[in-house]
Amino acid sequence: MKFVDEYRKKDLILSVAENLRAISRKEIILMEVCGGHTMAIHRFGLASLLPSNIRLISGPGCPVCVSSQLFIDKAMAYSKIPGTIITTYGDLIRVPGSSTSLEKERAAGSDIRIVYSALESLEIARGNPEKNVIFLGIGFETTAPATAATIIKAKKEKISNFFVLSAHKVMPPVMKALVEEGVKINGFIAPGHVTAITGTSIYNDLASVYGLGVVVSGFEPADLMQAVLMLAIQMESGTPKVEIQYQRVVHYKGNIIAQQLLDEVFVHSDDSWRGLGMIPDSGLKIRENFSSFDAEKQFTVNVPESVEPKGCICGQILRGIKTPEDCTLFAKKCSPSHPVGACMVSAEGTCATYYKYRS
Amino acid sequence: MKLKERNILLGHGSGGRMMHELISDVFIKHFGNEILNEQSDSAILSVGSSEISFTTDSFVIDPLFFPGGNIGKLAVCGTVNDIAVSGAEPLYLSVSFIIEEGFPFNQLELIAESLASEAKKAGILIVTGDTKVVNKGKCDKLFINTAGIGRLKMKNRYISKALNLREGDVIIINGNIGDHGLAVMNARESFNFKTLVESDCASLNHMIKEVLDKYPVKFMRDPTRGGVATVMNELASKTNLGIELSESDLPVNKGVKAMCEILGFDPLHIANEGKVLIVAEEKEGLKILDLLKKNILGKKSAIIGRIVNEHPGKVVLRNETGGRRIVDSLTGDQLPRIC
Repeated sequence: MKFVDEYRKKDLILSVAENLRAISRKEIILMEVCGGHTMAIHRFGLASLLPSNIRLISGPGCPVCVSSQLFIDKAMAYSKIPGTIITTYGDLIRVPGSSTSLEKERAAGSDIRIVYSALESLEIARGNPEKNVIFLGIGFETTAPATAATIIKAKKEKISNFFVLSAHKVMPPVMKALVEEGVKINGFIAPGHVTAITGTSIYNDLASVYGLGVVVSGFEPADLMQAVLMLAIQMESGTPKVEIQYQRVVHYKGNIIAQQLLDEVFVHSDDSWRGLGMIPDSGLKIRENFSSFDAEKQFTVNVPESVEPKGCICGQILRGIKTPEDCTLFAKKCSPSHPVGACMVSAEGTCATYYKYRS
Repeated sequence: MKLKERNILLGHGSGGRMMHELISDVFIKHFGNEILNEQSDSAILSVGSSEISFTTDSFVIDPLFFPGGNIGKLAVCGTVNDIAVSGAEPLYLSVSFIIEEGFPFNQLELIAESLASEAKKAGILIVTGDTKVVNKGKCDKLFINTAGIGRLKMKNRYISKALNLREGDVIIINGNIGDHGLAVMNARESFNFKTLVESDCASLNHMIKEVLDKYPVKFMRDPTRGGVATVMNELASKTNLGIELSESDLPVNKGVKAMCEILGFDPLHIANEGKVLIVAEEKEGLKILDLLKKNILGKKSAIIGRIVNEHPGKVVLRNETGGRRIVDSLTGDQLPRIC
């Protein structure tokens, strides 16, 4: 398959690994921020190809995992309002809220539908004019532009029964928050598809102020190995900077049209991350201009503050402080069929990845 | 949580681990017996001096018509294959329809036609049936149940039991995996992938008979819901042997591979309706492979793995880059990932 096979060639991957072993001396810890990277690293067994002085830790880049319990609880409260259809991306459906999940609410009678794009929700709204359709907007800069475009379209076409509950988030504040909190890393393997939208300037502070290396990486094994090599070269020469490995997709300016869409519809606000708490300016709320599409402005639900499940260390895992194997629930009380914490639910959650690729 | 406080979720019907929990927590608990507890696709029964294979399956597929087949064809293939992989020759079939009020006659006719033509092809006779019509909204268009019986030769009686498996035995499949699941999903959902992936839906009994007539087979199973991964896991845990699969040897259609990459699915978890997994001693396995390749339903047959002494009870996949990972059964429904 084009754009896949050539980046999975064994010889290529092994030759990058050899280069890495030849040049890398310093002890370094790199954080892969994106859940897609975590998946690929485990799926292709890349950790075993790295020299022992390089360690990879996983970060908070699984959008399903970091959606707060309060958000899930709210979504379920909305689903119980008569005449409401909830539309959601598939992997959110099994995420546990404080007492139940969307999957269980669906079985109990709520109208909850899986969609593959925000625009599909708009079609559902058009086809069900007597009902209110609420789309659960989750994801980072990757999925947020599609939500923005959908809201703009709904406004243009005067569709009055379509709403969005936005838990969209942006990446840079959480990366900065982790560093300021003292998580010990030397560099980031930065998310390829987020950066395809935002461009690389969002990482400049990480390099210039915090002295961290940042390499934007693709998702195939050869991409990730090359990104690690580029970071190792930076570390060895003592010149941390922002570089792009994933040049076939990412331009340093990003996608200007998508950025404009985001800016038109959303405004940055403080937002709550599961396991990490409130992070300033890390969320995307719907602007006043579009408030008629903002589910939170249009419907009132009473949802009590929730507590995180006992014994779950998702928060520390999302910070890269602990690994799933440190958790007493992992692969015992918490598994993909009975997830306790959110990191076990999404296929790209760190715990689910460790579970799937454990040996 | 106590069982009585829980509700059935869609995942309980997905063929994976959740369904197995449901079966043992409710059905085996209430009406388990020596024959049922085997939990094979077919029950093996002794009636007088004959051995009989008996099975049933319900078909609730949406959409009713999909590239490569329709619910009628599927209702025959599904039951025929369940009988055939138990080592038996399918003989008689029952067909029951549950039809939603308002269902168009011409569609029913089309479905009945393909049911008849597939039964003819498979050489199985439809001998009894039932028809129910329910109020609009009480079922989704049309559901079909079929049950079938087949004659089992004494020498094939052990096939579903997987008794004599040993290190070095090879695992063979008769072609591409994942075609059925993704063809149906592509027809049902709004992806609009421009792909030619068709369901592999086919009756395998003639091909299987050719193999059984000539060569000794140690185990057979059709990897339907839950896919190859689920059958392999059941086999590993039943025999307490290890299974090693080789990713580069798995036959997967390019379109299926691409859809899996996009949606975050694993082809090993996707349903097939015209595939059989065969375990045999290596020497015989190579001959079986040659024979399968000559059959139109087995052109892309391949040896995809082996029985090993390491990691008892577990299935491990060796990937193209030399990494290894555990292959689990499907948990619940496959969920498409967000990004």
